Amino acid sequence: MTLLSMTVREALRDGMAEEMRRDNTVFLMGEEVAEYNGAYKVSQGLLDEFGAKRVVDTPITEHGFAGLGVGAAFGGLRPIIEFMTFNFSMQAIDQIINSAAKTLYMSGGQMGCPIVFRGPNGAASRVGAQHSHCFASWYAHCPGLKVISPYSAGDAKALLKAAIRDPNPVIFLENELLYGVTFEDVESDPDHILPIGKALIRREGKDVTITAFSLMVGKALQAADILAEQGIEAEVIDLRTLRPLDRDTIIQSVMKTNRIVSVEESWPFAGIGSEIAALMMEEAFDYLDAPCVRVAGVDVPMPYAANLETLALPQVETIVEAAKKVCYRS
Amino acid sequence: MLLIRRFEERSAQLYGMGLIAGFCHLYIGQEAVVVGIQSVLQPQDSIVTAYRDHGHMLACGMDPKGVMAELTGRSGGYSKGKGGSMHMFSREKNFYGGHGIVGAQIPIGTGLAFAHRYKEDKGICVASMGDGASNQGQIYESYNMAALWKLPVVYVIENNQYGMGTSVARSSAGSTYYGRGQGWGIPGEKVDGMQLLKVKEATKRAADHARSGKGPYILEMDTYRYRGHSMSDPAKYRSKEEVEGIKETRDPIELFKTYMTKTLKISEDKIKEVDDEIKAVVLEAVEFSKTSPEPDVSELYTDVLKEEVMS
Repeated sequence: MTLLSMTVREALRDGMAEEMRRDNTVFLMGEEVAEYNGAYKVSQGLLDEFGAKRVVDTPITEHGFAGLGVGAAFGGLRPIIEFMTFNFSMQAIDQIINSAAKTLYMSGGQMGCPIVFRGPNGAASRVGAQHSHCFASWYAHCPGLKVISPYSAGDAKALLKAAIRDPNPVIFLENELLYGVTFEDVESDPDHILPIGKALIRREGKDVTITAFSLMVGKALQAADILAEQGIEAEVIDLRTLRPLDRDTIIQSVMKTNRIVSVEESWPFAGIGSEIAALMMEEAFDYLDAPCVRVAGVDVPMPYAANLETLALPQVETIVEAAKKVCYRS
Repeated sequence: MLLIRRFEERSAQLYGMGLIAGFCHLYIGQEAVVVGIQSVLQPQDSIVTAYRDHGHMLACGMDPKGVMAELTGRSGGYSKGKGGSMHMFSREKNFYGGHGIVGAQIPIGTGLAFAHRYKEDKGICVASMGDGASNQGQIYESYNMAALWKLPVVYVIENNQYGMGTSVARSSAGSTYYGRGQGWGIPGEKVDGMQLLKVKEATKRAADHARSGKGPYILEMDTYRYRGHSMSDPAKYRSKEEVEGIKETRDPIELFKTYMTKTLKISEDKIKEVDDEIKAVVLEAVEFSKTSPEPDVSELYTDVLKEEVMS
């Protein structure tokens, strides 16, 4: 097996294409996914290969086509529903939660809804308050869903393929700023998938655990480099899946490092970091040598001005400071 | 129709006795709508509706025992007691619920129609909503996509004159629901939803249209619900005279009974015989719903996710 070098954008496209070749009930639907080849070109070439029956441009009608996708999944298909950004999924969130996530339970196990909702999530760059929202904790709150948010191209492809094959509704949170980033970690084997619900230790360390997902993994790794220069060995965990959260990997790491910093770009209140803090209280309290620290976006709607936007999002320096704080270093 | 009527009369009794709880929306008065629709559907066709769903389930052939046991929250119910009155499903009968969010079943039905066309199984979907749901935005998002892609779907508006306690006149501008597809070129018609044969004829036209690849069709069924919105609704927003007037002049069961005796020359004795049979079926369902055990406590945690992954 060889590892290929490609961008996250190409990896996502290849992942979808491979699954569509493998299973003809898989189809892609969303705004601009077909003739435009994707608002962010993630579906480049799919219309040419699979035709208009399986790559479907929709009107701008998120609530409607999300619900249509749920019905198609009930009817035996495996839809991939692309949101141009997850910001627009708020129009559709009723269908995602009430129809997709709850129906298996409400039907006593009869129904099932194999569907993937995917698209870019969180802040990009200078797009203002209504286009910069991270929905990780919103969806991770809900039983009946799986929530994935990958960082690298290899993970993006292998986890998207796993999401498409999964019999449950899966929220797949991508990141616009990562689309163009190249990674040399994409498995060439079209049968390679990764298990949903497993985190990855991207850097080993003994002094402090840093958890992150999506774009923030890169920032956490940069922070770890700086910390290493200062004599602090950080262990960076890429959560990859937010629901179900890989609690064991986090707990095992903290048993070794005794300190933890969580990083996310969403708001702090009831965020992923809050969940990790609760996990520490419940399962790792005796191993902590310092209170856990949450690095999160600032608790305001995203500002447009460049300087304010930078201040509103977690930066490498913020993570470094947080890690030093839990290590009682200044 | 009689099965639905007798079943729901018993449901109301069980509700009064505390055996059924929560929300329970009765269909009494509207029976001709689902029975007429069902009479022209084919086995591969799918059905989806909102929360006033007991009639739809019985009409499509779901077992009254399983429906009643779901109402009482027992393990023998269609959803093992985890769904309740508003949430039952049957893959076997292509009944896709049973949805509690007003209007949400319409994009779902549009998606079922999308799946019929994708799979080329010659099926259509009948997606039902009330007059209340007809003002939700997602209805019009669905109309647009269904017309754009010529999906095989029949939208049925069961206009029972009230969205909970708000009359049509107070909720809806314009005088028709069936005409609301005009902007998208969706044909529609108003049907006397109290007359079984009228419902059947209209549904045949609509189903043929959808099945032939011409796209969606809208049927507005002019009907009436005798009971409150749910069991907790005393229905003070309308007069007793209004309700009694409909019962006396337009009751769907009485109208069809007259047709059976006068036109089809079916004897009163034969009708009585069928009524007795139905009463026995309902009693059996009631008995089952009382004796079926509550779900095992372990069921609390099951059916949240499907665990098997397609390899």
